[in-house]
Order: sequence, then C-alpha cells, then structure tokens
Amino acid sequence: MNDIGKPNLEIFADTLLDQAKLNQNILVVTSDSRGSGKLVNFGKELPDQIIEVGIAEQNLVGISAGLSAGGKKVFGVSPASFLTARSIEQIKNDICYSNQPVVLVGISAGISYGQLGSTHHSIHDFASLRTFNNISIVAPADNFEASEVIKASVGYNKPLYIRYGKKPMMSIHSSGTNFQIGKAITVSEGEDITLVSTGETVQRAVLAGEILKTKGINPNIISMHTIKPFDNDILIKMAKKSKVLISIEEHSIYGGLGEQCANIIAQNKINLDFKILGIPDEYMVNGSQADVLDHYNMSPEKIAALSAQMLG
Amino acid sequence: MSVDQKFLEKKSLEYRRTIIEIIYNSGAGHTGGSLSCIDILNVLYNGILEITPNNFSTIERNNYIHSKGHSVEALYTVLCDVGFFKKEDLKTLNAFDSHFIGHPTRKVSGVEHNTGALGHGLSVAVGLALAKKKDKSKKKVFALLGDGELSEGSVWEACTSASKYQLDNLIVVVDRNHLQITGKTEDVNPIEPLDEKFKSFGFDVEFVNGNNIIELLEIFQKVPFTADKPSAIIANTIKGCGISFIENEISWHHKVPTDEEYGKAIKELDEKLIKYE
Ligand SMILES: Cc1ncc(C[n+]2csc(CCOP(=O)(O)OP(=O)(O)O)c2C)c(N)n1
Ligand SMILES: [Mg+2]
Repeated sequence: MNDIGKPNLEIFADTLLDQAKLNQNILVVTSDSRGSGKLVNFGKELPDQIIEVGIAEQNLVGISAGLSAGGKKVFGVSPASFLTARSIEQIKNDICYSNQPVVLVGISAGISYGQLGSTHHSIHDFASLRTFNNISIVAPADNFEASEVIKASVGYNKPLYIRYGKKPMMSIHSSGTNFQIGKAITVSEGEDITLVSTGETVQRAVLAGEILKTKGINPNIISMHTIKPFDNDILIKMAKKSKVLISIEEHSIYGGLGEQCANIIAQNKINLDFKILGIPDEYMVNGSQADVLDHYNMSPEKIAALSAQMLG
Repeated sequence: MSVDQKFLEKKSLEYRRTIIEIIYNSGAGHTGGSLSCIDILNVLYNGILEITPNNFSTIERNNYIHSKGHSVEALYTVLCDVGFFKKEDLKTLNAFDSHFIGHPTRKVSGVEHNTGALGHGLSVAVGLALAKKKDKSKKKVFALLGDGELSEGSVWEACTSASKYQLDNLIVVVDRNHLQITGKTEDVNPIEPLDEKFKSFGFDVEFVNGNNIIELLEIFQKVPFTADKPSAIIANTIKGCGISFIENEISWHHKVPTDEEYGKAIKELDEKLIKYE
C-alpha cells in the first residue's frame, strides 16, 4: 500500500517522449527550462522536435500559438510561475481567445520551489486561468494521472494547462482506473465527510483518510484533477451525502478549488459544514513545499483532526 | 599593489568562502552565478555605492538592483559584511520561517527590491533613475543582469525608456559569464553582438574584466561615459570564478558542494588567502 512512485514531472517527460516518438508533429518549446522539465533526454533523442527560445516566457507562449496555428501539436514547458504570470496576456489572447489547442505545461508548480520564494511559486494559476474562456486546467495527483493526462492531451482540441510538482508521489490509482479530462476520480467512497483535493495535495487527503479510518470514520475522497471544466456532478453527489466537506489545494484560498466548491454548494442549496484549506492571503512562510503545506494545516494529521472536529 | 586593491582582493576571497559555506550549510544555492558576480558586488558596495545601514532608509543615495536575483548568496554575503546584519543570521539561510530565502527579499535588511523572476530589475532601475532626475539628484542607479536574462524582452523595453529619458545616472552591468542553466548563452539563445545591441538602444558601452578588482574600480569611477546617455558595462566573467572545479561548469549553476567538494573549495581559497595575511 502507498507505493512511493516517481516525481510526476518525470512521468510527464517520459510519456511525452513516448508520444513524440510516435508523432513527429509534436513539438516541445522550452525557455532555458529543459533541465527543470526533465526534458534533457527528449532534447537528445528528438532534437528536431524541441525549440529553445531562451529565458523568454512570453515569447515561448506566442511562438507556441504560432506553431499551433501552423498545424503543430505544441507543448510549451516552463516553470508554472513564469509561464502563467509573466505570459498571462499571451495565454489570454494568443492561446485562449484565439482557441489554439496548445498544451501549456507548468513545471515545479504550486510551492514546489520551496525556499526559492514567492517569485517562483504559482499559487495564482488556477485563479487567473479559470477566468479565461476555452482553456482547461489539470493538476495530476499521482504518476497514473500524470501520464494519462499527457496521453489525453495529444488529441485534445482546446487549450490546456497542466501543472506538475517535482516531488515523488505516492501511487493512488490502479492502472485500470478510467481517466478523462473533466471527470474527477473517486479514490474512496465513504459516509459523512468528503475530502476533495487536487494535484500533489491529494496524497495528503488519502493519508488523512487512513488516519480517519483508524478512528472509525470513512471519508469520501475525490481527486479533482481537472479544475476546469469542473466536475460539478461528482461534487454535488458527494456533498449531498456528507455533513462535512473539506477542500485541500496547493494554491491560494482565493479563486481555486475551494472557491469553486463553495460556488457549487451555494448555488445548489446544499447545507453542510465546509472548510477551504490552501495558502492564506499573507506573506507566505518560508520553507520546503512539505513544511509550508504542513504549516498551513494541510498535513494528513491536521486534515484528519479538522475532519474529526467538524464532524463533532 | 595599492592598499585598496589588496584589501578588496582579500575581501573577494573571503566572500567566496562565505558563499560556499552558506550554500553548503543550507543545502541549496546558485553557486556559479554568485561566484561570477561577487567581485562586481565587492567593488560596488565597498568602493562606489556608499550604501550603508545608516543611509539605507533615505532617498538621496545611490541604488543597487540585483536583477539576477538567483545569485542571492553573493548579495547576502556582501550586505552582511557591510553591516546590514550579523553573520549569525546567514546561518538561517533557507531554514523554515527565515527571511533569508533563495532570492532577494526586502524582509532582509539592505535588499532594495524583491527579485528572482528574471527581466524585471532594469525597468525598476529605470524608474529609480527617473525619480532621481525629477529630484535633480546626482546619485546613480546600478543594476546587475545575467547574460541569459537578456533574452527577456522586458530588458530591452527598459533600455528604450532609459535612452528616451537620457538616464546618464543609470548603469547596467551585465554579468557576461557566457552560461545559463541549459548551456552556453550563444547555443541557447544568442545575444551577440551585445555591445552593438546596447549601442543601438542608445547606451554607451564599455567592456571590463568583471573578475578584476582594479578594472572594475576604474570603470565604475568613469560612469557616465557620455553625458545624457545611459551606460552599459559588459563585465566578462567566469561562471564559478575562483574555485577551479566549479569554473565554467554548466552543472554548477545551482549545484551544492558535497563534503569532499566543500573541503577542496575551502582549501583552495584558504591557500590564496594566506598570501594576504
Ligand atoms: C522569468 C524567469 N525565468 C526563468 C527563471 C529561472 N532561472 C533562474 S536562473 C536562470 C538562468 C540565468 O542565467 P543568467 O542570466 O546567465 O545568470 P547566471 O549565468 O549569471 O547565473 C533561469 C532560467 C527565472 N528565475 N526567472
Ligand atoms: Mg550567465
């Protein structure tokens, strides 16, 4: 149980290389980011399928849009913070508004860069990209989701943003699980409490669930890998049978998974106790990804304790 | 050898020792880029800028913007030595809840501007230089940029404003170490002819050996090179300068020394330091 897998970022790079070997139309665009994106090998094996623009993320997104308009299947790969903050207007206009089916891959997302600080964190990406028409947003939880989303992205005909962390992730799903962009995966089905999470924090929800089980509490656990388009149905179904709902995300508490859940709960008149866990609006404490998530009440122990307390 | 030269050269060796020490102890850091720019920071803070803890909160002084923010260990090392905080504080680098994080933040005394995302510093420096012009101040603004950083288009947007407003109080220093993360700048995204580029953007340009104390002192004392024009100094440096096995090695962009490498690096520096006793 709880096998520790590889970093999702490595799975991304391996899967993309496999796909690109089969399909010469796939191009990768990097901005001095192939090392961080685990694409050094890709560059060696398929030098004609990688385009390097230097440290110029806006240029990366614009060129990706142009390559896509020229009929290529493009993966633009750069640290999530720079890709989605610095290049936001290129994403808004050249990718989303123009509806170019580019895959934007945000690497070392969330607070993966730990002590490198706020300039390197992307806890704004869900919030800002959610407001753009056309684009889908995915945050894979484990190696399975990390690889499936890349396979699905090759034939995806709309703009897509995928964010990856760089720490090894515990395997959560079995290989037979059905993966579809826009359809959440129910990790376990229980009773009175639902833990809904996305990306690298799903494993924290799963571990919290194990603690809760030792106390005789069986939570519903959802991996909401797609933030947009959101799987409203699963959330409504789980919320309706729960007394407590907790959302957990490596993102600002504003504009991400939690606020989307609040939106659905309120608009569907569902009455339950609800708590959003994420990064609050403050000068973020310095530390590793794990320490920072723990600090902001997202350790499995704290999630379990909060669950038990809210259940009363 | 003048006293000043000896004094500053010794400081550069001590600074290199501190950079290696804090990167080794904290388990993270941008080794190559900190070592390539440390002589520039040494000369600026000890010979040119006159920025001190006493005048730091005032407006009427020179400014320094560390646009290549990842080389933060060089900046912390020099700020510590010129009195902004105690050496003890540096031991908290990268520790949980410390303000000493992996990129410059104004939570650390002596840091002028939060940097870390490349390509921002020059626009901020242009703003500072413009403010000084409005105040009829004679003070100057220095900004240090990486050569890889020059691929960011915003750098060149800033250059157009600098020349439009004739900011001869603005000095861009390029840490021209010819390397970035992926490899050589000229392979990743060529920026040559760099002097011609700056010239065509309205700058007056000079080259300097950016790891030579005397050359750096001389060039910084000469700015502005031409009245009414911003200055660009292309400082030819060696990435990882001063430690034989780190010099010009791509992998040392953000590598941390092993125990053995740490011992070797300190030994190399100490052998050079002895000559200055
Ligand atoms: C906007 C932005 N994009 C990417 C990075 C990641 N990054 C950090 S250092 C670096 C290479 C910098 O190379 P250079 O400017 O030549 O610096 P030096 O060689 O002096 O270390 C990159 C790409 C960043 N910090 N900011
Ligand atoms: Mg460089």
